[in-house]
Amino acid sequence: MGKIENNAARSRGTFLGMKISSITERRLHNFRSNKRGYWSLWIFLVLFTITLFAEFVANDKPFLAYYKGDVYMPIFQAYPETAFGGEFLTEADYRDPLVARLINDNGWMIWPIVRYNHRTVAWDLPAPAPSPPDNEHWLGTDDQARDVVARLIYGFRISVLFGFALTIVSAVVGVTAGAVQGYFGGWLDLLFQRFMEIWSGMPILYLLIILASIVEPNFWWLLGVLLLFSWMGFVGVVRAEFLRARNLDFIRAARALGVSDTMIMFRHVLPNAMVATITLMPFTLAGSVTILTGFDFLGIGLPPGSASLGEVLAQAIANLQAPWLGLTAFFVIATMLSLLMFIGEAVRDAFDPRKLFAGALPPEDTGPVSASTKPEPATEGVG
Amino acid sequence: MAETLLQVARLGVEFRQPGNTVRAVKNVSFDIEQGETVALVGESGSGKSVTALSVLQLLPYPVAAHTPGSSIRFRGRELVGADENVLRAVRGDQVSMIFQEPMISLNPLHIVEKQINEVLMVHKGLSRNAARARTLELLDLVRLRDPEQRLKSYPHQLSGGQRQRVMIAMALANEPDLLIADEPTTAVDVTIQAQILELLNDLQARLGMAMLFITHDLSVVRKMASRVHVMHAGSVVESGSVNEIFERPQHPYTQRLLAAEPKGGAVAAPPDAPPVMTAQDIKVWFPVKAGVLRRTVGHVKAVNGISVKVRQGHTVGVVGESGSGKTTLGLALLRLEKSKGSIEFDGRVIQGLSWKSLRPLRREMQIVFQDPFGSLSPRMSVGQIIGEGLSVHGLGKDEAEREQMIIEALEEVYLDPDTRHRYPHEFSGGQRQRIAIARAMILKPRFVVLDEPTSALDMSVQAQIVDLLRELQARHKLAYLFISHDLKVIRAMSDEVMVMRDGQVVEHRPADEIFDNPRAPYTRALMAAAFDLEAVEEGAVRT
Repeated sequence: MGKIENNAARSRGTFLGMKISSITERRLHNFRSNKRGYWSLWIFLVLFTITLFAEFVANDKPFLAYYKGDVYMPIFQAYPETAFGGEFLTEADYRDPLVARLINDNGWMIWPIVRYNHRTVAWDLPAPAPSPPDNEHWLGTDDQARDVVARLIYGFRISVLFGFALTIVSAVVGVTAGAVQGYFGGWLDLLFQRFMEIWSGMPILYLLIILASIVEPNFWWLLGVLLLFSWMGFVGVVRAEFLRARNLDFIRAARALGVSDTMIMFRHVLPNAMVATITLMPFTLAGSVTILTGFDFLGIGLPPGSASLGEVLAQAIANLQAPWLGLTAFFVIATMLSLLMFIGEAVRDAFDPRKLFAGALPPEDTGPVSASTKPEPATEGVG
Repeated sequence: MAETLLQVARLGVEFRQPGNTVRAVKNVSFDIEQGETVALVGESGSGKSVTALSVLQLLPYPVAAHTPGSSIRFRGRELVGADENVLRAVRGDQVSMIFQEPMISLNPLHIVEKQINEVLMVHKGLSRNAARARTLELLDLVRLRDPEQRLKSYPHQLSGGQRQRVMIAMALANEPDLLIADEPTTAVDVTIQAQILELLNDLQARLGMAMLFITHDLSVVRKMASRVHVMHAGSVVESGSVNEIFERPQHPYTQRLLAAEPKGGAVAAPPDAPPVMTAQDIKVWFPVKAGVLRRTVGHVKAVNGISVKVRQGHTVGVVGESGSGKTTLGLALLRLEKSKGSIEFDGRVIQGLSWKSLRPLRREMQIVFQDPFGSLSPRMSVGQIIGEGLSVHGLGKDEAEREQMIIEALEEVYLDPDTRHRYPHEFSGGQRQRIAIARAMILKPRFVVLDEPTSALDMSVQAQIVDLLRELQARHKLAYLFISHDLKVIRAMSDEVMVMRDGQVVEHRPADEIFDNPRAPYTRALMAAAFDLEAVEEGAVRT
């Protein structure tokens, strides 16, 4: 038996320490062979990881301060100015030359790379805001004297997080709705489809404008409202997959075994529908980012003062004399969306069954298998 | 001697994929003279279709590549690596091809007239009217009935046989010198197969064209070809005239292929064994709805008043062509399809039982489907597939015991127990069918519906699966309802045979009687088509 087990283990690869099936292995291989998408994923992951820790990259507080033998972590905890020998009981402003001197005389501070966060107003600009790029502000400042690099880092993070949240939640809702409609079909499907047709006719932009006049929209409000409509993108593909699978023999076989409907949906059909869903996800993600940017640009998005790419764009329009705003926003948004598209294309290729894959395919042998029989490679679809 | 029409020499085809090169065809050489029929025979994966596609250079280049030295000469002109313009002039004009599956080879959105006209207009530059006249002529040539009306039909409105005739008409539109027929009758019923083969034979004689006939079915070869090349694993293992190959096969593979037909008869069982499944007057009617209000205007009577009794250890064979309702009958008996009439399993009335109260009985009635590729969930490992029934019915105390049962089930169908960790796509058709059988058998059923379990398989594999099924039946005293369109397999399995047509029983008698002395004209037509490939004219069968 030992030999046989080895045999089984060898036929399956590993990924991140997990055992994976050969289908997955083949897909990973295919994803990697799309060089553009593969590198896009890495670049995106690096950018995302950096911005995820935005507070450590761009902040107006040092993340470590050493003062008279004590260690302070201003990013995590607010210290009054008096803690460093100042006069006020309010939180210390570490950028204040006085406070900085107090600390530096009795210890030291470690600053993030960018010494501003997305809300920090730079009072000491050499030129009136928006000021052009210089040594202190690499991409200049906006018309409220806030550092553009800092705003980009925070804006990128919130865009991507919003995109992920919207994509994942709408996928869950959309897949569930599509699964139920496709699997049961009939009247349920018919009514649900008509409902969706009416629902998708709702003017989402006006809804948001109305909403903006009633409440102050924040991250969660926007997410909720967009979710009301974005889940429908997934329903189509999942429903189609379930409608198709419903009549396949392996579903019938499961029914003949006495498996319940819920189990059939989860164990047998859903894994097949996930291919279409996962393929759609990067594109939905890019779409969500675009929508948020658009709303921010129109001023009905995130609350005033939040860092967002759309807001930088809006400022660029208002300050045509400051081209660095427009150029920066354009290149950041274009790069981010291109990266997401390239990743999406690579994922689509990886899941495309019509692509010619390398790897183990059905063996030619037809008779009983003995332990020694190895699957012989053959070509699928021809021969 | 006529000029050699096609010379294939040292043909090799490789599929180059990252990290893996598959040699699909190795060093294949053959010639086709004018007006001659040459057959390429082999099982699936033997490279015969790839060889045929190479002739027209229709392979997915550059993934596919010809090995150096490969040569395909048509009328002396080299086709390997030829210019696209040269190839276009040859394809469809001097060499045409008909494919296995007519439904997917015809454009579903074009009417018949347009499909055929297109060929004529592209290659011959005919005007619309001239093309139409020629199309009619062609449809007449392939003996499609009512060609005038058929011109306006879409492919889905035609039967399988009619579609294949349209395909042939398209292929003949430009009077090709060589017709490549890639398994042209595999997807159609036996009676249609006989008709199509006769048509092809007749057309060939009349038009004097050569044919390259690709098939896995040896009886078709014997009927059609003058010379045969047997292919195995990408190489030609034996070549010769039909007589040489069939009378004195030299290569062991050819001998094996010839001996591969399912043989023998039903497993002996006491004639008075207790009945396991009894059904009276089963009806499955599908409503036909029309109008805005979807009122039911009529019914498709898929199964119309059929009674059947299957005894323990016995096999009832159900024969019929596609659309005769035989699969629906099988599903109805297992209560997987709504039906009327009484169904008794093991003395218990199961018609009308709810899905839930039926579940314990599901264990004892199982089904094996035709398509071993579709009936196994592609995302579950073999162990999970086979073991699913165990957890549904709460069999086996713990994981270890279930694992042991899965191992036993795999051993019973002669698969290595180690295969339980693999996924279905890693297996061949025959192996998958064994997995499907193991899935049914692990529950120790008493009644099994076998819905064309051998139809999607190669001939030699069919025989193995039939042997396996008989062995399991003898060991476990299983009652089988064996559904098939293949009379050879039915003869090897059944105690009784029921011939179905349009949802009704044409003839239902013990197997030996029905095979020795078929009474109904339809049964006789089926037998002639199946055993002698003779088409029976008019009346008994449809076209």
